[in-house]
Amino acid sequence: MAKITFITQENETITVEGNSGSLMELAVNNNVRGIDGDCGGVCSCATCHVHLSPEHMETVGSPSEIENDMLELDDNVSEYSRLSCQIQLSEALDGLVLKVAN
Amino acid sequence: MENTTDKIAVVIGASHAGVNLAFNLRKEGWLGTILLFDADPALPYHRPPLSKTYLTSKNSEAQQPLKPMESYKKENIELYLGIWVKKIDRKAKQLSYGEGRAQNYDVLILATGARPFIPDIPRLETTKNVFPLRSLEDVQHIKKALDGSKQKKIVVIGGGYIGLETAASLKKMGAKVTVLEREERVLARVTSPELSAFFTDLHKKHGVKLRTNISVKSIRTVGETQQVLCSDENAYQADVIILGCGIQINIELAQAAGLTLKNGIKVDGICKTNDDSIFAIGDCTFHHNLHYNRYVRLESVQNAVDQAKIAAAAICGKEVVCNSIPWFWSDQYDTKLQMVGLNEGYDEALLRTELENENSFSIWYFNGKTLLAVDAVNNAKAYVIGTKCIKNRLSLDKAKLKNPQIQLKPATIILE
Repeated sequence: MAKITFITQENETITVEGNSGSLMELAVNNNVRGIDGDCGGVCSCATCHVHLSPEHMETVGSPSEIENDMLELDDNVSEYSRLSCQIQLSEALDGLVLKVAN
Repeated sequence: MENTTDKIAVVIGASHAGVNLAFNLRKEGWLGTILLFDADPALPYHRPPLSKTYLTSKNSEAQQPLKPMESYKKENIELYLGIWVKKIDRKAKQLSYGEGRAQNYDVLILATGARPFIPDIPRLETTKNVFPLRSLEDVQHIKKALDGSKQKKIVVIGGGYIGLETAASLKKMGAKVTVLEREERVLARVTSPELSAFFTDLHKKHGVKLRTNISVKSIRTVGETQQVLCSDENAYQADVIILGCGIQINIELAQAAGLTLKNGIKVDGICKTNDDSIFAIGDCTFHHNLHYNRYVRLESVQNAVDQAKIAAAAICGKEVVCNSIPWFWSDQYDTKLQMVGLNEGYDEALLRTELENENSFSIWYFNGKTLLAVDAVNNAKAYVIGTKCIKNRLSLDKAKLKNPQIQLKPATIILE
């Protein structure tokens, strides 16, 4: 089990628990606003963009080349950007805080 | 926005368009009732994975719901699944469904989508192990039939995206796959000869037999297996036959209700039909695309989702304009195709290959100086830059774009 916190653009804080699947699925299943996941999680739409806090970057890791390119679709991209469909839930992510980019 | 507390919104069709519309209505402040009807009994699911990860998955429970059941409860969206809507009475603002049941509406949204087109082939309907691929149930049937077949010989009729994605998945599952295409090339209806050629090679490399310029004459059952008799005088053996012959839009309800039809249910810029209380969204609509300034009918998740947003906002009294650029994707083997824009009317297809990766290329479709569309193969960069250039109507330096020595970056290819 990992506890993940999403902070939406409306400053709503949603903390949820999960143990498998992607962070995008976790967000969609818990109605986190701004995480749509229109393509179903195949890195094709960039509608699940989140910002990590700098201290979590190492645990989560950096985006792959295609994910990096897809992130550029959004003007709101930063060095802490990730597509949440490309991050798999695991115990190691317990306590993660993510800001929804849109 | 007027008070919607006592109002009833009814959505017919619970796939990408209908489900997104229902949730967007709540997001936009709709307080009244929301009813979501669909003839499919399954909890609404993502359709694109059906021909890809869901087909190849060993776990038959691995389908991806669009939203979990709890979300419908939380947002108070009532599901009427496995139920056929039979008729719309526009005067009474009422629809009839099931066995003599009736339901009133204040606003009705048609998200009726499409069903597989079933070609007129003698004995097709009575042959066993023939399946289209559009619903969860279709894929469950295909998986079961494949499990039960000894030789795993599959014939896919139709070389469009569904046919090719299914061929790639079945190949991955160890089947012997033949694709039969009526036109002179695969993907003939949906893309350029350049891209068709690439996918032809890709499938041949993976051992799929592709036959083009071929039509199916009839089907014969011989013992436990079928023979697909074709115009080339060959009989292709098949334990399972998959139909990927395109779709037929579901417009019968709209037609019987007297709504304006033209290559789909005709809607205006906010997805409203010629009846002020009825909206239509998704694959079944014929709508105006602002960017290309023409009416189009699109079969895509993107269009379903975008129209759902626009219609929901408009129903809740918001002023909205739909100005989306269509995009599509297809995953086959390890190849990722991403497409943006509509290439109809192009006079130049500019091919760009990337030096560092021979499997990565893009095709840029122009009409004169205007960039219409980009097909990007294993090249998200080209897809993203293409999207921005199309959206902002930027002019490109074609010579630089074509030159693989010059890096693909907005700064290098966009003309001042």
